Amino acid sequence: MAEPTTVDVQQPAAPAADTDELRAAVWQRVQQARNVKRPHTLELVQMIATEVIELHGDRLFRDDPAIVGGFCRIDGRRAVFVGHQKGAETDENIRRNFGMPHPEGYRKAMRLLRLAERLQLPVVTFIDTPGAFPGPASEERGVAEAIARSIQLMTGLRTPIVTVITGEGGSGGALALAVGDVVLALENSIYSVISPEGAASILWRSPEYAQQAAVAMRLTASEQLALGVVDEVVPEPSGGAHEHPEETAKRLRPRIAAHLDALAGRDRKVLLDARYARYRHMGEFAVATPTGEPRPERPGIVDRIRRLLDSGRAALVGGDGALPPGVVDSDSEPPLREDV
Amino acid sequence: MPIKLPFGGRRQEYPTDLWTRCPDCTEMIYNKQLDKSLRICPRCGHHFRLRVDARLSLLLDRDTFREQDAGLESVDMLGFVDQKPYPERLEGARVSTGIRDAAVWGTGTIGGTKVVVCAMDFAFMGGSMGTVVGEKVTRAAEHALDERLPLIVVSASGGARMQEGTLSLMQLVKTCAAIGRLSDAGVPYISLLTDPTTGGVFASFAALGDVNIAEPKSLIGFAGARVAAGTISEELPEGFQRAEFLFEHGFVDLVVARGKLRETLLGLLRYMRAAPLADKVGGNGASPLSRAPGFLEGMVNRESVRG
Repeated sequence: MAEPTTVDVQQPAAPAADTDELRAAVWQRVQQARNVKRPHTLELVQMIATEVIELHGDRLFRDDPAIVGGFCRIDGRRAVFVGHQKGAETDENIRRNFGMPHPEGYRKAMRLLRLAERLQLPVVTFIDTPGAFPGPASEERGVAEAIARSIQLMTGLRTPIVTVITGEGGSGGALALAVGDVVLALENSIYSVISPEGAASILWRSPEYAQQAAVAMRLTASEQLALGVVDEVVPEPSGGAHEHPEETAKRLRPRIAAHLDALAGRDRKVLLDARYARYRHMGEFAVATPTGEPRPERPGIVDRIRRLLDSGRAALVGGDGALPPGVVDSDSEPPLREDV
Repeated sequence: MPIKLPFGGRRQEYPTDLWTRCPDCTEMIYNKQLDKSLRICPRCGHHFRLRVDARLSLLLDRDTFREQDAGLESVDMLGFVDQKPYPERLEGARVSTGIRDAAVWGTGTIGGTKVVVCAMDFAFMGGSMGTVVGEKVTRAAEHALDERLPLIVVSASGGARMQEGTLSLMQLVKTCAAIGRLSDAGVPYISLLTDPTTGGVFASFAALGDVNIAEPKSLIGFAGARVAAGTISEELPEGFQRAEFLFEHGFVDLVVARGKLRETLLGLLRYMRAAPLADKVGGNGASPLSRAPGFLEGMVNRESVRG
């Protein structure tokens, strides 16, 4: 019983720690994740893979430059890749709509995902978008339907999917490509249900509270790992991915390859059931007993999540690039570990 | 020197607990009359939002609803504090609405046909989808799959619940996966979109009905006005994100006034019954019989939704 006691003592102190220091540390991650010099999907794939053949168009409306995809070869493994694409320069960024896809982008992605299923090639997706484009053109072509359809397709796609959050994981527009058997995240990436600015303008009624919202939403990679949304955080070289894109790709490649290998032999039904179960159990709730007293559905798990989150927090404030202890190697599957 | 007139307070004529102003035509409506007319403005036909109990009694045969999992409650996983801590917001919503979270699911009959129904209540934290709402939609879909009963989901939601962070976002996957299995198994799903259905709810199960129905003039869209305004500079056109706009662009099969909803569902349910089971392996997304891989199949799915 010693352990729960310590938790009780720690708990009041830890969640309240929305200090200036923490806010600055979290906001720095947000800015790193959004840095335009950060390697984006095409740059990463070109460095990770030995061969890349990009494919275009959704066969329904047009080719959306904000989503890219095609065939690639990663250390000899053939795969289909799909990802959001931001630009490194202003001109390219405008052409690519700052990585904010229209519905046709997701329909192109779905076309490539179905192709991967048919050819029995594994899929690697790269996530880096502020969100799907919210304008009238996007709405009238059914961006919500495209996202929902893409999520649904990925939950039942009969081929392995490895997802990498490389930069900004912005809400449904990110999630539409991020349903995977394994979800990796680069250390300085973020993942959130809504942009910090959006959350601030709704919950605080002013976008000026974006930093507070960023802290409250627990959007950093290490905190997402604690929540179980991300399975593994891949450390970036010091200075961040934008300073050392080559080194970042070099660190990502073996992790992607290892997970592709681990998933490759898996029976398709086992694979799909595990994918269903992965998402089926996300999030916690309580069940009210007949006396009216709610009882947690899985006792103790919220405490455990809080403790993990706090260790993620501590590492953030602890400064440059430090990950919570055990994060990188916490994988329970030994075969995935050997090659970093 | 101002003189206080004895009959100055004309506003007192419409005490808010008795009268409601129609936001469309500004008509003052007597609340009892509003309730009697299914909360539709008798002058202009504006549909006021319905609480979940009123919604269920509107759609289902009298006294047939059997609620399931009424005890599910949200927990504060993130220690989320905005202007108020999340547990306080939850408690406030529970007290003001009398329900435990923003969705209710169970079974009932419509014209004698047994259905599984899940309905959301906008009055509870904007109908936002956290883990509990995601769980209820998923359990409803899984029950419909097990019993091979048609599923009807009534959406009314601002989207994913921010206070549960990405765990709310993951509810999109959870619900879409369950709906996907339902679809693969040939069990029909009707999505009824009511005012408002936006964000993560529209971008998941609400958009995926085999038939999508919307109430007139409901706000239905992906990005809320505040989020859109922060991202794009262009002026948003009038009437975009309304039920009729979605109908025009092919994402909703029918726009049906509240008074005709039950009748419409009755008509649809005569056609939308679970396909007979060819073999016992079916009903699972992984069954080769129920789900052949390939591009064509996806096209067929899409066509059936757009009707």
